[in-house]
Amino acid sequence: MAQKKKTTVTVVSQKQIASQIYDLWLETELAEDARAGQFVAVYPHNAATLLPRPISICEVDRDRSRIRLVYRVAGKGTAEFSACRAGDGLEVLGVLGNGFPVEKAAGKKVFLMGGGIGIPPMLQLAKELEAEKYILLGYRDQDLFLQEDLGQYGQVYIATEDGSVGVRGNVLDIIRVNALQADAIMACGPMPMLRAIKKYAAEQEIAAYISLEERMACGVGACLGCVCRTGKIDHHSHVNNARICTDGPVFEAGEVVI
Amino acid sequence: MNTKVTIAGVTLNNPVMTASGTFGSGMEYSDFVDLNRLGAVVTKGVASVPWPGNPTPRVAETYGGMLNAIGLQNPGIDVFVERDIPFLQKYDTKIIVNVCGKTVEDYLEVVERLGEESVDMLEINVSCPNVKEGAIAFGQRPDSLYDITSQVKKKARQPVIMKLSPNVTDIAEMARAAEAAGADALSMINTITGMKIDIHKRKFALANRTGGLSGPAIKPVAVRMVYQAAHAVQIPIIGMGGIANAEDAIEFLLAGASAVAVGAMNFVNPYTTVEVAEGIETYMERYGIENVTELIGAVEE
Repeated sequence: MAQKKKTTVTVVSQKQIASQIYDLWLETELAEDARAGQFVAVYPHNAATLLPRPISICEVDRDRSRIRLVYRVAGKGTAEFSACRAGDGLEVLGVLGNGFPVEKAAGKKVFLMGGGIGIPPMLQLAKELEAEKYILLGYRDQDLFLQEDLGQYGQVYIATEDGSVGVRGNVLDIIRVNALQADAIMACGPMPMLRAIKKYAAEQEIAAYISLEERMACGVGACLGCVCRTGKIDHHSHVNNARICTDGPVFEAGEVVI
Repeated sequence: MNTKVTIAGVTLNNPVMTASGTFGSGMEYSDFVDLNRLGAVVTKGVASVPWPGNPTPRVAETYGGMLNAIGLQNPGIDVFVERDIPFLQKYDTKIIVNVCGKTVEDYLEVVERLGEESVDMLEINVSCPNVKEGAIAFGQRPDSLYDITSQVKKKARQPVIMKLSPNVTDIAEMARAAEAAGADALSMINTITGMKIDIHKRKFALANRTGGLSGPAIKPVAVRMVYQAAHAVQIPIIGMGGIANAEDAIEFLLAGASAVAVGAMNFVNPYTTVEVAEGIETYMERYGIENVTELIGAVEE
């Protein structure tokens, strides 16, 4: 794996693609080693907001040394990023995390399940994964994003909480309504969705790889801020905690207690 | 130019260390900085057995700083001795092991185990505000600080640094108690107890409710406490609290610290430690300072 570094990247473009959702392309050498499911940590310029914001990588364009971040404005730091224009510089720490184990699902029938702001990492995953892909996306309402990008790589199914588009409900309702089946799952989204996927995968006896999120400080495994509970004693911590930033963010669902 | 400083008979290549808990055992940050450039690496606190730490969220950002309530998660002394010490031995830097415990016996067990290891100094954590038992319970009253310091000193085979809490009424009194009990040095300050509430969810930002405040927001408090302690005791002081650059570090030296440690700012800029070491050299050149020790306590009274 390439060495992690903090580097200045250049904003290539940014546009708003849904309510509070921004689509940011960055030019950076970090693109060379970035993989689906990994993330970068982006630093606000304001010294009052010190800590970097972990944001998953949505898409990688290695040929042009670019990475794409699609993120939601959730507070002061992301609000600052949303004001960036082409040519602006941003401080970024990366590339962080383990990424999705695409090799474990190669050639299989796979559900790619994204919920809300967990949808963006599904795009690079869909690009990298050579498998029969069913892309299951959950949104709050008709304010959709990335569904067209994802449509290039597999059959897209949509669920909305208010039923305005696709199936009313969540990504698991898509499976039920359409009577879909798969050999493996790769997912990112809110914790209730990941819990439901973990349960479903256990019932179906299929592997599920889920990307977790937690408040982070260092992003590199030193501060032990962003741990998740593990079923077995973790190899590094020697307690039932794994570091989401370095041992994850992607875990086999059966390994973590969520 | 001489950047060496000597603390309790241990000579460091330069006065820049890492603050316990912000740097793991150096492994994670060796991707970013050459550990040979650091005066010492101070490890994450280690206990006699593995500790799971607190529930999440464990960290929260605050204005110009952050709160943490990790709860001293650590793999225990056995793993530490097998994995972390051999890793650090590969570098030309001093190894300072931060020791934590729930009871005095816990501390003594770790101190005795480390006596057989090639570790340069021990830093005794009597100031972590995030665990229910031990730690800060020993560091908020002069008599209990005196007691644990003297017991550790009886067992320790390496020089003992007592890490002091800022959550006390009179820091000078605490510094004197540690010195009187035989401490070889002091490190200060640990984090300041704080709290953050999410007004939209009406919930505490940290699962532990309270946490330790660190980062640039606490630097003036830390500089003041180092100054007060330096005037109260003869033993050397390792200063820390929000150091982000060489200017901050020099402020601590001038206030009376013999060395400095970089903590939360490692998270903001993983190169901070080495940048501080280089910046101190630049400052020395600019002001024609031959020995970095000339800066210690050199603020004009």
